[in-house]
Amino acid sequence: MKGSGKLPPAARAVVEGDRRALARAISAVENGDPSADAILSAIYPRTRSIPVVGFTGPLGVGKSSLINALVSLLRARGRTVAVIAVDPSSPFSGGSVLGDRIRFEGRADDDGVFFRSMASRGAAGGVAAATLEASRLLDAAGFDLVLVETVGSGQVDVAIREIASTSVVVLVPHLGDEVQTLKAGLFEIADVFCVNKSDLPGADLAKRDLAEFVALGSTEGRWSPPIVGTSTLETKGVDELWTAVEAHESYLDASGERRAGERRRLASEIVGLVRDRVGQELTARLEGDPSLRGLLDRVVARSLDPRAAADRLRPSARPSR
Amino acid sequence: MASTSRSPRRHPIRVLIAKPGLDGHDRGAKVVARALRDAGMEVIYAGLRQTPEEIVRAALEEDVDLIGLSILSGAHMTLFPKVLALLKKNRAGNVPVFAGGIIPDEDARRLRRAGIRAIFGPGASLEEIVTTAQKLARAHS
Repeated sequence: MKGSGKLPPAARAVVEGDRRALARAISAVENGDPSADAILSAIYPRTRSIPVVGFTGPLGVGKSSLINALVSLLRARGRTVAVIAVDPSSPFSGGSVLGDRIRFEGRADDDGVFFRSMASRGAAGGVAAATLEASRLLDAAGFDLVLVETVGSGQVDVAIREIASTSVVVLVPHLGDEVQTLKAGLFEIADVFCVNKSDLPGADLAKRDLAEFVALGSTEGRWSPPIVGTSTLETKGVDELWTAVEAHESYLDASGERRAGERRRLASEIVGLVRDRVGQELTARLEGDPSLRGLLDRVVARSLDPRAAADRLRPSARPSR
Repeated sequence: MASTSRSPRRHPIRVLIAKPGLDGHDRGAKVVARALRDAGMEVIYAGLRQTPEEIVRAALEEDVDLIGLSILSGAHMTLFPKVLALLKKNRAGNVPVFAGGIIPDEDARRLRRAGIRAIFGPGASLEEIVTTAQKLARAHS
């Protein structure tokens, strides 16, 4: 890698493909370790906006097996692949069992694959707070693409959209009638629908219901999500699934939506970061800073309402009258 | 840079639980995985029939603080030292490894000398396993 000599050592090791350094950098991001800031800012100019393909859908639909099959396919085609598999953290103990690695059958000596399990650590929406920045580290480390497996999702777990360039919604037969497809949330974010376990009866009906849903929302010239049937038991449809993902990635380039989507995602990332930082700082100051403590006292005493207090705390707020 | 890069802030302990070798009984490993989860750890469960190479690779990619190996097949005297040697080879010899399963006392003594940090037989309590795992991981991170 040219010019990597100027980078701080931990970042240089990541871009030079040191897998141990990469794993540690991901941990630093997950743990909110101060060392993560320097690594992330050093590697950012080297990221290439590689495809990040998200796989989301309810618990047990076969996301891990599907990703395992796709990794084999992509490796056979000479592409290097990183996988981030997110599982939930317990809201009670904070602990987690990260079990997606069980399905992973990559060869132990294949440096073209990197698999990382990640606990959600309290984040809502199906991914962890560190997933986006971890995928950026994997980009800087030179992988051709990243596959992200979300937590088994509910109807509103759509945070993958803020990370992935292509979102695959994975379903199975018999999840419900066609009215389910009209409900808000999960179905709205699909760039590709995958009906997995399509060796089971009911797969054709599920695909038909989805086709009807897609037809209702289709607009001339815009991307219309294809519906692919797969079976990891019979290893069927995995090629077609990847063809559909690639078609969407090509569409993103041809239509200019890749740039627009990335711009939108980066804007939301910046806003999120500011919200976190300002929030943490304010929380500390509201009790620590005497003048702000006075403001909080007035709200507690009902002489000021919470919205008016918030107005006075906005960075752009004028001095209070 | 092995252990100094972490901030003093406590992060959840990451532990890899794997079964090397060919026996298919993973009930014990699952019970331990669950107990460690309930103690607040992030347990990467790699499952059955893992080769030493796969175990070490997983440990490195997942950046774990601790590795737990479960074995009932009797192949511990060949597989465990192999895991330890591969960790060393990958500059990760400082990651503590503990083990559980059917391991005769004499073998257990030799494995401890070889670098397995703790060995639990069928009579061990979950509490004992969790406390030891916490101690080993905290000393490492």
